[in-house]
Amino acid sequence: MSIALKIPTALRGFTDGLNQVELEGDTVGELLKKLIEKYPDLTTHLYDEEGLLRSFVNVFVDGTNVKSLEGQQTPVKEGQSIMLVPAIAGGNFG
Amino acid sequence: MSGHERSLSQSLGQGQGLGLGLGQGLAERDLPELTGEEISRYSRHLLLSEVGLIGQRKLKAARVLVVGTGGLGAPLALYLAAAGVGKIGLVDFDFVEASNLQRQIIHSTRDIDRPKVASAQDRLKGLNPDIEIVTHNVKLSSKNAENIFSKYDLVADGTDNYPTRYLINDLCVFQKKANVYASIFQFEGQATVFGAPGGPCYRCLYPSPPPPGLVPSCGEGGVMGVLPGILGCVQAAEVIKLIVGGAEPLVKRLLIFDAWRMIFNELKIEKDPNCPVCGQNPTITEPIDYEEFCGLGEKIQDPAGPIFASELQERLDRGERIQVIDIREPHERTLYAFPGAKVVPFGQLVRRMDEFNPEADLVFICKIGQRSLFAIRALHRAGYPGRMLNLQDGLAAWAKLIGGPQLPY
Repeated sequence: MSIALKIPTALRGFTDGLNQVELEGDTVGELLKKLIEKYPDLTTHLYDEEGLLRSFVNVFVDGTNVKSLEGQQTPVKEGQSIMLVPAIAGGNFG
Repeated sequence: MSGHERSLSQSLGQGQGLGLGLGQGLAERDLPELTGEEISRYSRHLLLSEVGLIGQRKLKAARVLVVGTGGLGAPLALYLAAAGVGKIGLVDFDFVEASNLQRQIIHSTRDIDRPKVASAQDRLKGLNPDIEIVTHNVKLSSKNAENIFSKYDLVADGTDNYPTRYLINDLCVFQKKANVYASIFQFEGQATVFGAPGGPCYRCLYPSPPPPGLVPSCGEGGVMGVLPGILGCVQAAEVIKLIVGGAEPLVKRLLIFDAWRMIFNELKIEKDPNCPVCGQNPTITEPIDYEEFCGLGEKIQDPAGPIFASELQERLDRGERIQVIDIREPHERTLYAFPGAKVVPFGQLVRRMDEFNPEADLVFICKIGQRSLFAIRALHRAGYPGRMLNLQDGLAAWAKLIGGPQLPY
């Protein structure tokens, strides 16, 4: 069962420019693990040294932040809208 | 400060009636009257029962601070002035450049090299001479922001960097002011209202910023000019709605907009009870050092120091063992190429560092010498053992040195 994960503009440089990546997994954590297996350049941008999702990246499942659900354990299924939403700034320090 | 201003400020300060009408606590008699000219000017607002005479008088009483007069601030300030917001403060310390005009439509070609706040003030005054425009030609900082913010009822964040964003966020929480936020990158934007009663603040959503250099700035990554136009207008709509009241503000909802695909997404966002600024037990209760918080406190050091364009040219001419690494994206190289450079986009550097020769001096190049510095830092952290040099001021400096066509982007 493959699930589409939406990649924001700011991270597309690490996913060959793709705005959506099809992945297999039952939870948000599994999807993200598959994502970095496929695009290892993303690893340091999504996870910190302790393996935690970085605090400037949020994941939304059907419009709800997984922080308000079960975090990385949040179950996902085909047809849901899953978005990575990082902080963006636009300017000179971004 | 006149009586009605004070009462509006107090009412807004207590967050009264947000979504019902920020000025709702005011007795009608406290609001300034409209002149005959103003009634003509704002007739299309007056015809709306949702705005009407009272709403327009609330707009006249309102004092809004617009931080940044760039891509977002330009349409935002224009629409607020057109709508008759009585006092608009503009904060910016920058000067108008030719490359701003693709999106910062408050400035004109003849304004190039003028302070942005002066250029914006002229334009707004031309649009609406009845309102007060206050310019703050300063870089917003922990030292000056509290005083500036205290003179306004609400704040619209049109900045382009993280230190200022966190500063605006925290001060709006401290001073109980709504923070009408938008942010853009390339084709994509976000907008919401932070700091509303019961709603989240920016830190609830993003407790800390990305490390510097992760994402290229608009100066390097580009931005579709109309994108901040759309998002700045969303901000203007929210500011006007908050002042007039009775509308459904963009609170607890994050609007995500992809201009290239023309898709609007709405995401639910919530207050974090553990937020260090607006949570139940806040640990940050006054402005902090935001440069340091955003990882910009230490001056970015190039482990091996910079190399100037002239020096690079000399060393290449002498045939020294130098490997030039172009870390830009493919579409940038089609605009201006560096012959003989090894091409490794920023995103692939660490993974491909085995391809570099540690015996040779590596010279990293990008457009202006900023991303290349972050590239060196990333490789340094990843343990790359060889000597790495940063081309000072990037290909912009190189193109100037060697003559011929200048860097076209």
